[in-house]
Amino acid sequence: MQALDSKAIEVTDLTVAYQETPVLWDIDLDVPPGVLLAIVGPNGAGKTTLIKAILGLVRPAAGNVLIYNKPYETQRRIVGYVPQRGSVDWDFPTNVLDVVMMGRYGALGWIKRPGSRDRELAMHALEKVGMENYTTRQISQLSGGQQQRVFLARALVQDATIYLMDEPFQGVDATTERAIISLLQELRENGKTVVVVHHDLQTVTDYFDWVTLLNIRRIASGPVKDTFTSENLRETYGGRIAFMKNR
Amino acid sequence: MQIGNLDIILIAVTTASACALPGVFLVLRRMTLMSDAISHAILPGIVLAFFLTHSLSSPLLILAAGATGVLTVVFVELLQKTKLVKEDAAIGLTFPALFSIGVILISRYASNIHLDIDAVLLGELAYAPLNRLEVFIADLNPLFLYVILHIQVLLQGYFSFSFDLGPLSLYVMGGLLILNLVFILIFYKELKLATFDASLAATLGLSPVLIHYGLMTLVSMTTVGAFDAVGSILVVALIVGPPATAYLMTDSLTRMLILSVIIGCVNAVIGYWLAYLSNVSIAGAIASMTFIVFVLVFLIVPNRGLIAIARRHIRQKWEFAQTMLVIHLFNHEGLPEAEAESEVAHLHEHLQWEPTFASRVVKYALNNRYVSQKSAQLFLTDRGRTIAQQALVQ
Repeated sequence: MQALDSKAIEVTDLTVAYQETPVLWDIDLDVPPGVLLAIVGPNGAGKTTLIKAILGLVRPAAGNVLIYNKPYETQRRIVGYVPQRGSVDWDFPTNVLDVVMMGRYGALGWIKRPGSRDRELAMHALEKVGMENYTTRQISQLSGGQQQRVFLARALVQDATIYLMDEPFQGVDATTERAIISLLQELRENGKTVVVVHHDLQTVTDYFDWVTLLNIRRIASGPVKDTFTSENLRETYGGRIAFMKNR
Repeated sequence: MQIGNLDIILIAVTTASACALPGVFLVLRRMTLMSDAISHAILPGIVLAFFLTHSLSSPLLILAAGATGVLTVVFVELLQKTKLVKEDAAIGLTFPALFSIGVILISRYASNIHLDIDAVLLGELAYAPLNRLEVFIADLNPLFLYVILHIQVLLQGYFSFSFDLGPLSLYVMGGLLILNLVFILIFYKELKLATFDASLAATLGLSPVLIHYGLMTLVSMTTVGAFDAVGSILVVALIVGPPATAYLMTDSLTRMLILSVIIGCVNAVIGYWLAYLSNVSIAGAIASMTFIVFVLVFLIVPNRGLIAIARRHIRQKWEFAQTMLVIHLFNHEGLPEAEAESEVAHLHEHLQWEPTFASRVVKYALNNRYVSQKSAQLFLTDRGRTIAQQALVQ
């Protein structure tokens, strides 16, 4: 087990640039273990890029990322990833159970095929997201909310310690959103660290206990009650945050 | 010709199977244009290997072509990465450049030998059996030779300088078929994940880049193996056609792979017989069959075929009209004007429908027992009332 005082994710001086245009400028970010953290910021703030940089999917121009004090490459097994729903082709010829089993591929490693134990774990994950009756359903025949649940089940089956999720509430109905957030809260209760790219400022205080405000720079990061202030929000969103004053 | 026939069918079927397997992944990765590019761009690799070996049947040719194919993929991706050129344009720039290098090399240094460009593009299956794998007696151990000579003389009563082991293309394509099959069987899970969700594959440490180049190497080698026998146009048809057809027929990757091979073989056999009967190019006939079979499946496949879609549209149209009728009757039910509003003869005036359309809708609704007719009046049945209520709640 990881030491309690160590940081789940430690990002230092991270700069990511596409063609010399910085997408993230010198980001420092510490994520303590066992928090449910929202990354918020306007479109183009680099939220997805930050997640991808933590996962080693984009190469940083500068800086470093550590997962429990070690580089990501050695910690793959304890990190679960839920990409944006729109990042894959849902017309791919496969069914729900098969997609969830893909979450086991990392534990299996190269060449080895998934077996009955992996199937059991996948079924269990599908039960958790309430999709156990859809195992043989072709994935193109799912609604947006169901697709998101399948992606979530695929991450759950990894049995990770840290989960990184890119807009899991995007395009889902209210019922699914509630189901997903209670699942994320349950993960946190079990000591997991959950990092979520989030869009809806109205729900940040209800759903999350930590928040990172991002707009190419890191504006602020910490517990929601200290960090999610109108001053920080104004700095993150510029003048476009008037509606928040009504709260 | 008797043996030639069987040989041609065997070569065609083996080539079709070998091409269909990697083709499935190209179709799913939306990279089918790449097979077209590779099939042309490998020419300079073949020419250079031919200069080195002075043989068209050397396995080095396949390796060199495989390397050139991968180089094509690398060039296309480098161009694309600049973000100044989109993928289709990058492909369109790369393969003519490489192909023309091959053409120039041939015309400058090898115009007098058998490496003509028509054969590269069109191929000729009919000649494929003529290039045979032979073991020359001179290469063999003298003792072995002595024994063999005596057996031959005893058995056949005539003298032969070589043994015929079958057409060379059959061996080349058979080898490639096995190679493709083994690669897909071993890396099935990795291929599936890298194709469906490359970024998850990368985070799990199952390098999608390795899988990508592995697949592209196979496509390149399969293409060059096949081009000698069937030409580059048919190679593209064999790589893209059967998987695209199978994609319409199934929701499972395994079944798509199996169906692609079956469809490829069926196309090859039917195409061959059509060519044989009407005395036309075999490669042309097989490529045409590939398209015809695709169109047939496209039309008739249940649920997503064109005919099924058209029928669904027509049904939806009538069902919607029926719902309008039912709601109309429901809205006026029990009210003073109900009698006027539900008169069959005047319905079309109320709803502003064509009279023929209105009477067909009435007939449709009567058949479904959503309405009943007493003399000139239409009445909602219980079923019709439920439908109307449901439609209004939505």
